[in-house]
Amino acid sequence: MTIKDRACIVGAYEHPTRLAPDKSVAQLHAECAAGALHDAGLSLSDVDGYFCAGDAPGGSPMYLADYLNLHKLRWYDGTESGGCSYLAHIEHAATAIAMGRCSVALITLAGKPRSSGQATGTAFRPPPVDRPEAIWESAFRWTIGGIYGMMMQRHMHQYGTTLEQLAWVKVAAAEHARHNPHAMLRKPVTIDEVMNSPMVSDPLRRHDCCVISDGGGALVLTRPEIARSLKRPVVKVIGCGQTLNTTTGGYIDLTRTGAERSGPAAFAEAGITPADIDYASIYDNFTIMVINQIEDLGFCAKGEGGRFVADGGLISGVGKLPWNTDGGGLCNNHPMNRGGITKAIEAVRQLRGEAHPAVQVKDCRLALAAGPGLVLGPGHAHATVILERE
Amino acid sequence: MTDTTAAPSGFAQDPFAAAFPETREFWEAAAQGRLMLRLCEDCGRTHWYPRAMCPLCGSARVRWTQASGRGTLYAFSPARRAEPQYTLAYVTLEEGPTLMTNIIDAAPEALRLGQPVVVRFQAAPEGRMMPFFAPA
Repeated sequence: MTIKDRACIVGAYEHPTRLAPDKSVAQLHAECAAGALHDAGLSLSDVDGYFCAGDAPGGSPMYLADYLNLHKLRWYDGTESGGCSYLAHIEHAATAIAMGRCSVALITLAGKPRSSGQATGTAFRPPPVDRPEAIWESAFRWTIGGIYGMMMQRHMHQYGTTLEQLAWVKVAAAEHARHNPHAMLRKPVTIDEVMNSPMVSDPLRRHDCCVISDGGGALVLTRPEIARSLKRPVVKVIGCGQTLNTTTGGYIDLTRTGAERSGPAAFAEAGITPADIDYASIYDNFTIMVINQIEDLGFCAKGEGGRFVADGGLISGVGKLPWNTDGGGLCNNHPMNRGGITKAIEAVRQLRGEAHPAVQVKDCRLALAAGPGLVLGPGHAHATVILERE
Repeated sequence: MTDTTAAPSGFAQDPFAAAFPETREFWEAAAQGRLMLRLCEDCGRTHWYPRAMCPLCGSARVRWTQASGRGTLYAFSPARRAEPQYTLAYVTLEEGPTLMTNIIDAAPEALRLGQPVVVRFQAAPEGRMMPFFAPA
């Protein structure tokens, strides 16, 4: 059984805040939920399926369901897989809708790492004692920046990828963010500025890293019959894939991601190939992750990602793959250190023709949203979603 | 008296070691400067991190075996924002698996991928002895 054409995204909302010291995480979730339902032309009382992840207060859908008074729930899901949770939730929600387990599914994300002063990428955060890898790794004080620095190093070593090619990813994000009034970083940057930005964890520099922002987002999915009765353009879910990528018992390759599995699964279900994609949202927690995923999703051969992104390859209207036209995590927004939901939201904007005119892809019919969750070295999740405008 | 008093105090009080009683032999050997691996008697391969079952073939027939303590540098990244700085790394052991570690006693500028390294045990903050590595 397939979920192709069985569910549609009818509501998408990105909270405009990037700094919210005076709001609770629960309030931010609620504002996102209201925003997405308003966008869809639906209300809280229509929701019978609810999906949230580890950012939800209390770590379960229970507490936000109570806050929002989602009293008609027939389905709920608290799957936590880091930043890609919300892309996995799209697959879970579409599956539940296809199976008739719910009709209107709400997905929310929110958090406040910026106003709480979290050093997301540069501080060692001790894992819980009972996590099985923690006893073997915590003494080495790994940081997210350190892991992704080593990923950059391996890609450069194995494939000859250059710092200049990596810098093109940031330059493309900044070029798009210029047009987004909500983006945290709206100033264009040059290749030299990226390559000379302060060192974080060699060879990873500040401009290789995404922003830290408060905020959130929400999505609403429903059955095609209901979607067609609403006033918004119909955006169908036509293919999904998700996976957990392990450290393979110690036989690791830091250049490979779970997109090797989630991507082909999504494309096979959709019945299309990467060449058919008009617009791609690819989670950019770090510049290297965009290159790795472009390869693993099949947009180019392994090792060719550096050449693919160079010379504006990802800039809308210029390059071969218009990408992260909201400015992405690198320049626009990375709410709660989780980039999955904003990727889906910009893909929906593109398919509806509601992206900024300067970055809107002409006649955008097929879009992809993909991203990793958790941290690539110690094990990670990956999810890919393919959407089509009806 | 019991084994508990005879055991090195380093890991006896360590909350991580306490949560994983099946790793006790590793910490006993580590306290003596020996690096142990789990070897699968069915598929013949070693893995990392040590588990009670072989993650490569699923067999429960795994036993401890002493590693050479030699390996090569797979990847490294000096934490420039940390005080004091340290160098996060992955080392590929002679026996096959790659493990997370720190490189000690070396300026990061002098390190090269693939260079030989050897194990040097140092205490984790909680007490157990961990396999750090230094240039060979």
